[in-house]
Amino acid sequence: MSRGVSDLHLADVAQLSAQLQSGQLSSVELTQALLARIEQHQRELNAFITISADSALQEAARADERRRHGTAGALTGIPIAHKDIFCTAGEKTTCGSRMLADFVSPYDATVVQRLRAAGAVMLGKTNMDEFAMGSSNESSHFGPVRNPWNPARVPGGSSGGSAAAVAARLVPAATATDTGGSIRQPAALCGVTGIKPTYGRVSRYGMVAFASSLDQGGLITRSAHDAALLLAQMAGFDERDSTSVELPVPDYAASLEQPLKGLKVGVLREFFDGLDEAIEPLIRAALALLHAQGAVIREVSLPHLPLSVPVYYVVAPAECSSNLARFDGVRYGYRCEAPRDLTDLYQRSRAHGFGAEVKRRIMIGTYVLSAGYYDAYYLKAQQVRALISRDFEQAFHEVDVLVGPTTPTTAFELGAKTHDPVTMYLNDIYTIGANLAGLPAISVPCGFVGGLPAGLQIIGPHFCEARLLNVAHRYQRETDWHQRAPRGFL
Amino acid sequence: MSIEHSDVESIARLARLALTAEEIPQSAQELARILGMVEQLKRADTAGVTPMSHPLPGQRQRLRTDAVTETDQHELYQRNAPQVQAGLYLVPRVVE
Amino acid sequence: MQWESVIGLEIHAQLSTRSKIFSASATAYGAPPNTQANLVDLAYPGVLPVLNAEAVRMAVKFGLAINARVARRSVFARKNYFYPDLPKGYQISQYELPIVAGGAIDILLEDGSLRRIGVTRAHLEEDAGKSMHEGLAGLTAVDLNRAGTPLIEIVSEPHMRSAKEAVAYLKKVHTLVRYLGICDGNMQEGSLRCDANVSVRPQGIGRLGTRTETKNLNSFRYVERAINFEIARQIELLESGGRVVQETRLYDSERGETRSMRSKEEANDYRYFPDPDLLPLEIDQPYVDAVAATLPELPDQKAQRLMDEYGLSGYDAGVLTASAELADYFEVVARGLSASDVKEHAKVAANAVMGELAGLLNRDGVEIGGSRVRPASLTALLRRVLDDTISGKIAKDVLEAMWDEGREADAIIDARGLTQITDEAAIERAIDAALAANPKQLADYRAGKDKLFGFFIGQVMKATGGKANPARLNVLLKRKLAQG
Repeated sequence: MSRGVSDLHLADVAQLSAQLQSGQLSSVELTQALLARIEQHQRELNAFITISADSALQEAARADERRRHGTAGALTGIPIAHKDIFCTAGEKTTCGSRMLADFVSPYDATVVQRLRAAGAVMLGKTNMDEFAMGSSNESSHFGPVRNPWNPARVPGGSSGGSAAAVAARLVPAATATDTGGSIRQPAALCGVTGIKPTYGRVSRYGMVAFASSLDQGGLITRSAHDAALLLAQMAGFDERDSTSVELPVPDYAASLEQPLKGLKVGVLREFFDGLDEAIEPLIRAALALLHAQGAVIREVSLPHLPLSVPVYYVVAPAECSSNLARFDGVRYGYRCEAPRDLTDLYQRSRAHGFGAEVKRRIMIGTYVLSAGYYDAYYLKAQQVRALISRDFEQAFHEVDVLVGPTTPTTAFELGAKTHDPVTMYLNDIYTIGANLAGLPAISVPCGFVGGLPAGLQIIGPHFCEARLLNVAHRYQRETDWHQRAPRGFL
Repeated sequence: MSIEHSDVESIARLARLALTAEEIPQSAQELARILGMVEQLKRADTAGVTPMSHPLPGQRQRLRTDAVTETDQHELYQRNAPQVQAGLYLVPRVVE
Repeated sequence: MQWESVIGLEIHAQLSTRSKIFSASATAYGAPPNTQANLVDLAYPGVLPVLNAEAVRMAVKFGLAINARVARRSVFARKNYFYPDLPKGYQISQYELPIVAGGAIDILLEDGSLRRIGVTRAHLEEDAGKSMHEGLAGLTAVDLNRAGTPLIEIVSEPHMRSAKEAVAYLKKVHTLVRYLGICDGNMQEGSLRCDANVSVRPQGIGRLGTRTETKNLNSFRYVERAINFEIARQIELLESGGRVVQETRLYDSERGETRSMRSKEEANDYRYFPDPDLLPLEIDQPYVDAVAATLPELPDQKAQRLMDEYGLSGYDAGVLTASAELADYFEVVARGLSASDVKEHAKVAANAVMGELAGLLNRDGVEIGGSRVRPASLTALLRRVLDDTISGKIAKDVLEAMWDEGREADAIIDARGLTQITDEAAIERAIDAALAANPKQLADYRAGKDKLFGFFIGQVMKATGGKANPARLNVLLKRKLAQG
């Protein structure tokens, strides 16, 4: 039964693909419908920084053309959004910052190139915490993003715009990035699915760097199945990224249905520390469901994991303080008015171009790398990082995946945590470990607390995205949390 | 854990971030708070542990063939430049 | 008070790869501003570095040539500081784990002795762009063509004790990198740059004095002058009760002085840390062996061989091996002169190449590769000296004519009638005529003014257009004068 145009927003990627392929729907129609929705909700959600209506319609027209010629693929004409941290040639890439408010990249990120080559149509660039630093999308120069489930609450961050856009059914999928949890945490807070692949799985070329050894590009979608379809196109070796891994990309969709019988699921003791007591039963219920499907549940411990937040808040700022040094008002980006001399040019361009959180992290990063402090902070943190990675490695000798909550709480109120950076940082307590160890992880909706979504996180060993998507998919077959849409966005 | 105002000024100078006099105390407080949280790292016994710079074990740097594949696109690239003349980027005079 | 100066050099050599160390932009010198700077070189948001294989190979080659250790694993590190010609706000370099460590370079001193100068390390890094301060009111102009060019930074131990030793070391490095084909050594274009670390201490004291670093000395002459100036400045400072400040200085070639760089308020804290965008560089033994197999005959080896095969002195061998091309030229000439025993006329060949030919190369400002006289042609000229057709003095003029006119020796000798007069009768006639024409000088000579012998030689030479064979003339004139 074909959907009416008014329901198009409820279809997911797999469904839209089928409708486009069968000719029930044209890309242009679909794109127009979603652009209208985006415009309609932009003021209330502020999920987008740039809406690319003209180019989207042109791309959609080309997609329809290819379909007429029989050269269309599964993703041809599928509308998506890109987090505004991915460089898009000819369209602004702002990273949510005044520093790049008018910056138009002359090149496309590899991720953008690949999804375009697969036929996806870009509807716009989504809002984000400035330079990917944040857990609430409140630090964007372009204003905060609101959670579609409750507009007084944050969507999470830094990929808040992508998560809100997908949750509000403005686009079926959006790219995002995750350095300490920035895909998984907003996905959990917005009741959608978010996957951070293994470090090196997705090219970082064209993804503006925050913390180079932690950053990874991924997806926010409404289902594991959709993530599987898109990840297969995004992932893969890129010779322009030295940290990109030369491993073939599996057909993730092909293994989604594998039964979970015999799957060894590890539950981390440490993941239940600090957890909102209303979320715990949802996690336990999810574990019971996996058990019912034949998974074996076992408790494991990663003794150094509680140190992941301090490790992260040394390593990530250190790397970012260096990565953001290129923003100096010389070759592109914001430049202050009437600089008195070179030092003034640098200092004022950067002081005005960057927001408070970015400056805070640059200061911390500069401090921990500076003479006299390097050993005590940076070197020490990288040693503890090695210990945390080793803990994960040992755990994965005993279990196939680790399961637990994605976040300690559901979405908090706008302004609730901005007074104290450390309080904000503790939102990432369950997600950071996977970044430190370079492990893939996915978050799927697992229930509601007081009308607000909660997320279940599944972490696996390096390059086991297929398995994570399989477990998530099997869970989503038995539940409908991921199909719930926020009121007002149905 | 406390941070001196002079430390804040040194760091800001190294990082080329202008800080007003009013901003310094707050910055000192915030940095101290964050570094206080980070102090927990001291608890870990890291004797003999090799620091981890890259998350995937055993990766080695790939080598690129020595070939020129880039062409001159300075006009495109300089569209974003705040101040350019005759193909050169301009900044306030540097005094050596 | 006797002072000893302690000098170390940090030499930056631009590797002559086709593309840059971390991007595929061209490295050719002299392109219009910013036409060889791509997104990676410009540090656009989102770009990443990928390492040039040839830069690695060249660095390993250098390490092997100085008998250093090639690291099985080396790491790229970020050196963080702000400057307009450093687009990323950091330079990718190597810090704790360089690709080459240890090694030594031998230099020949003026007294003919050899000194071994230790090399602490050599590492790979990227060059910065160029800042130009002249010509624009209140502005500095930045050209990033050079940003990303591969460099090896060669750090010596503080083993040099004089400016002359430092220059000898620098020249040796200059020669070596050209032999290896890894750097063109063009100091004017900045392919080879040198920073000098200088300190002084009282003779006999083991502890090092405070050192200064003088940057970007781009000619051998400036290096020597700057170091000598620094030594004198520091000694004067210390002798008058002052202290040497550890600082970076610049050489002012117009004034012949070094001066402190004003911009440093405090020493830069570079906050080195391993670059997360680049993975550890791993080099295995088969790779090293493959590179070793491509090493050419090195300057010291060649010099020793020239001494052994051609019987040359250490000094001559050193001069001739300043470049591989010059040594090759010499060998062709020397071998051409003697079919059987190359030692026989090697010295003649050496003198001609180091003397007259070098004079013409200098005059026209060309390297041996630009010589307008081919080795075989020089050989032919020297044969005419050896077979007494012309004197050595005439040969100098012939060589110049060969160079300027592009003709062979015999053609010029014939055309100008320069063949030596060896016929004794003819020489005797010329002597008779000279004696007859200068009776006063003859009388003075007979009276005891022996010096006038030379006067008569001169007169005969003048009369014969310089062609009288000097040896014969000498003998015959003596005989004539003794006669009566």
